[in-house]
Amino acid sequence: MTPTMAIKSPENTAKQLVLTVQDYSLFAWRAMGNLFRPPLYWTDFLQQSDIIGVGSASIVLLSGFFTGGVLALQSAATLAQFGAIAMTGRFVSLTMIRELGAVLTGVMVSGRNASSMASELGSMVVTEQIDAMRALGVDPMRKLVTPRIYACIAMLFFLTIVADAFGILGGGAVQVFLNHQNGTQYFSMAWESLRFPDIVQGLVKPIFFGYIIASIGCFYGMRTSGGTQGVGRSTIQAVVTSSVLIIFVDFLLTRLMLALFA
Amino acid sequence: MENATDHSAPQSAPAASTAPVVAFSGVSIAFDGPPVLDEISFSVAPGETRVLLGPAGVGKSVLLKLVNGLLRPDQGSIQLFGHEIARTPEEWLLPLRTRTGMVFQEGALFDSLSVRDNVAYQLIQERVPDEIIDRRVRKALRFVELEETFALFPSSLSGGMRRRVAIARALIRQPELLLYDSPTGGLDPVTSTTIIELIVKERDVYKTPSILVTHRLQDAFTLCTHRFDAAQNCMVPLPQGQTDPQTTFLMLNEGRMIFDGSLHQLLRSQDPFVREFLE
Repeated sequence: MTPTMAIKSPENTAKQLVLTVQDYSLFAWRAMGNLFRPPLYWTDFLQQSDIIGVGSASIVLLSGFFTGGVLALQSAATLAQFGAIAMTGRFVSLTMIRELGAVLTGVMVSGRNASSMASELGSMVVTEQIDAMRALGVDPMRKLVTPRIYACIAMLFFLTIVADAFGILGGGAVQVFLNHQNGTQYFSMAWESLRFPDIVQGLVKPIFFGYIIASIGCFYGMRTSGGTQGVGRSTIQAVVTSSVLIIFVDFLLTRLMLALFA
Repeated sequence: MENATDHSAPQSAPAASTAPVVAFSGVSIAFDGPPVLDEISFSVAPGETRVLLGPAGVGKSVLLKLVNGLLRPDQGSIQLFGHEIARTPEEWLLPLRTRTGMVFQEGALFDSLSVRDNVAYQLIQERVPDEIIDRRVRKALRFVELEETFALFPSSLSGGMRRRVAIARALIRQPELLLYDSPTGGLDPVTSTTIIELIVKERDVYKTPSILVTHRLQDAFTLCTHRFDAAQNCMVPLPQGQTDPQTTFLMLNEGRMIFDGSLHQLLRSQDPFVREFLE
């Protein structure tokens, strides 16, 4: 390890950024094309679905529950000033379903799975296992990347539903046990305020987020270089990039859907 | 380049069996700097074993990865089984690669799969029935004398055993070309000899053309001066002064091919680098 860190010139940094965006675009385009062409590795898809879906269920469930609880705590305090504490259920359900359920699940799954994809594929790159796979006549893009993208999209969709449900439940628990409000009122407000566009908005987002998490995780994993240190670097880059991209794409999608359903 | 034998000489209407398995012509490649390989030309004839010598970091592994299209050259032509692969899309290369077997430097076994699944990797992708897979895996493992590792995972194998399993994986589909990337690198002398014995056995039993990358002269010389005795089931030295005519040498230095010829020609070479390398 060098004692001093080299400072990169802004020109080189900009060039590297443009090159990374270009490489990612090509990678994402290839990955997208492979989604609709055989061979599809169903066993790998099921295995990844188990790792991403079942493996992430507990963290998504807990984070959804407590986020709903916090939302109820914060909103109830403000709404009480206007004598509208009964609206807490509506506030929690709309916020969870339209926005927080998908984003929170995306960020949690990104932290858990984009990192694991980047480190797993990165380790395979540095130990020449990816080259070995290619030498054996198997396309790593189809064998490793495509099943992860499919599984991540499918599982994020269901995990978002779980996060939404437990978020509303968490809000209900706070409302009933801490704010001593009527549970039936909370849940009926939560249910009645929902409209079809709200559901669509909440369930379209995880499809995009799932694609982002898996494609970014695999992209950084597959371009790993520099041994074990490189694997660590790829893992960090995958988590940071996918988390930021999820929030950025969420902004774009929200703007688009609000315009569509206005 | 000192071209002792004319391996790349054009042949008039070659018969399929005599056409080179691999032919490089003016191949160059660079990675963000000066060329790693510069204007490389050579060929591998059917049944021929080519030992690629050179110091560490000279581009031997890069050359090997160019042979089956794992890397693409910046310029030049590479023919594999008569197909031009220098600019062929990856999708078209995949079926061509199934006709080759490659043994990587550290084995490159899939650590999440058992030895059985590693060796059978190609067969599993081709959906070959399980009982046929088991039979062929056992046969391949028996060849490298590691049948007892069938159900083990790579993490429980020693470095030498991992290389032997990698050889079994490369052999299972009876490839038409074998590529060995420093198969004895980092191994103790006894284990290295075991690996070289397996390569000699493969060469003399199946007669598969191959390219072997190494910087260890003793391995290269053993390969050339020994044959496999099926009756004794071991490697035996050839009579004094004799060498295997099908085993020839290439030497790389500073990105250029500086030698192409037999062991006798290598030993008589006047090239200063060759002399220094040999001494």
